[in-house]
Amino acid sequence: MLKVRELEKSFGGIKAIDKCSLRVQIGSITGLIGPNGAGKTTLFNLISGVYKPDRGQIWFMDDRIDGLPSHQIARKSIARTFQIPREFKEMTVLENLMLIPKHQLGENVFNTLFRPVDVREQEKQIMEKATSILEFVELAHLKDEYAKSLSSGQKKLLELAKMLMSDPRVILLDEPGAGVNPTLMRKLVENIEELRQQGITFFLIEHDMDLVTYLCDKVIVMNKGRTMAEGTPHEIKKDKNVLEAYLGS
Amino acid sequence: MEAFIGILNYAVFFAITAGIFAVLCLGLNIQWGYTGLFNIGIAGFYAVGAYTSALISGPPPGPMDWRVVGGFQLPWPVGFVGAALVSGLIAFIIGIPTLKLKEDYLAIATIGIAEVIRLIIKNESWLTNSVWGIKHITSPLALPIERGIRALLRANPGFPLWLQRLVSNGYNWFYLGMVVLILLLLYGVSEKMIRSPWGRVLRAIREDEIATSTAGKNIFWFKMQSLVFGAMIMGMAGSLYAHYARFIDAETFEPFFGTFLIWVMLIVGGSGNNLGAILGAFTIWGVWAGTEFLTHGWGLTGYRAASLRVISVGVILEFILLLRPRGILGEEKVVSFIFKKERR
Repeated sequence: MLKVRELEKSFGGIKAIDKCSLRVQIGSITGLIGPNGAGKTTLFNLISGVYKPDRGQIWFMDDRIDGLPSHQIARKSIARTFQIPREFKEMTVLENLMLIPKHQLGENVFNTLFRPVDVREQEKQIMEKATSILEFVELAHLKDEYAKSLSSGQKKLLELAKMLMSDPRVILLDEPGAGVNPTLMRKLVENIEELRQQGITFFLIEHDMDLVTYLCDKVIVMNKGRTMAEGTPHEIKKDKNVLEAYLGS
Repeated sequence: MEAFIGILNYAVFFAITAGIFAVLCLGLNIQWGYTGLFNIGIAGFYAVGAYTSALISGPPPGPMDWRVVGGFQLPWPVGFVGAALVSGLIAFIIGIPTLKLKEDYLAIATIGIAEVIRLIIKNESWLTNSVWGIKHITSPLALPIERGIRALLRANPGFPLWLQRLVSNGYNWFYLGMVVLILLLLYGVSEKMIRSPWGRVLRAIREDEIATSTAGKNIFWFKMQSLVFGAMIMGMAGSLYAHYARFIDAETFEPFFGTFLIWVMLIVGGSGNNLGAILGAFTIWGVWAGTEFLTHGWGLTGYRAASLRVISVGVILEFILLLRPRGILGEEKVVSFIFKKERR
């Protein structure tokens, strides 16, 4: 499981994360909700290693991962998407995806120069995988376009596609639903459920309560840098504190 | 005919110099064009390469020299490889503290190191002979080739003047061949690497470091490889220069020629395109050389002529930035080699 214990992070005088503790069960779909500024994205940045925590611990399975550089956390098969897509602008859509797989032979220059056949073989496999994922998210027709020329909804899909390329065990989704049209949203939901069947864990930030209710087994509510409630979506919707802080009455 | 040979001989001289600049451009293109590393201390790596090569393969200190070390007279290839290794080592040392920071810090560090290197050259006379420079650097195979040329001319006194002038320039033709060969080899290796998954990671770092890192890539290590590889190429250019000019001193590696002009060449030719890097070097060096004739024709001399030449390069840079911001040849849209072969 993914475990966060007494985590703290400040930016200047602001305590973005204040003694935050939570658990995400393996194989679950766990939602993370809360008002703006509650610290949800900061928490994701801490888990994925973009920021280092000031205090506290983060555990994934039996490994302590807090403070590790983000590429090492990524290698533990924790993938994330960004709320605002961070596409590689001056690279094609297909090359954006082909970057993602870890430990590619051709990332070592000596393999490229002295084992060209193996590198080519692996490149072919990666390209095929990327092509099929692009077909799934319906971006295949744009594969040779620069990523910067996609619309903002399409960039969102590209983020998802990049995440799917990485064969993750845990996926952190930062507002996957925002800016995606309903048809694609349904497809995304189906896809999340299917991946969960395969044992992948989801931890997602989302404001759309209908989506959260439909998809999540468990919801964690954050406010002012700490968890204020957790439970099934049903329980959360009835929680008085949550209603006051976030959902409104 | 003789006038034509004169022009031809000049063209050879021109092409050697432009070819050496093109090698520098290839090195900068790896660092800036593909990885986004802002190196404005090219002259430093260039100088380190030139001096390393001169100390390994050049002559021992003469009686009038201040320097006391170096001049091992080893074969030129040893000096050439040594130049690449020492330049790469310096890049590695600079990279350790700076590559973890944002790009502006690398820029400041590289320009600082380049100036430090220039001052070391100017002051540490035991090593570099200070402002008197290193003289009589031996050129590879110069002795046998020049002896051969003399023998050929002696054996054929009936050669017309133009043929005599052509033959006497034989060594430059040889050197040009060597520069072109090395340029092509470096071009081929760079292309191969840039179009591989390794190059893809570099380009991703240029676009977004954080996203590359969350994809599991060790960006520090990749940036280090790019910095060192580019610096090694710059060191090789230094070696090529030292053994062609046969004389080097601190003035040779002023920021204008050693750094600024290389940047203009890369931007004009097309950053992110190795062919563009080479084209840019030849274009801008052509402008530089051409303006010399022009200012001469107008009777301008000294500072006035030099300033006009700098202005002309600046104006061309402005035009390119306004009309073709990606350079004459920009980066290709699809880079990875796997696509190229699939489509043909």
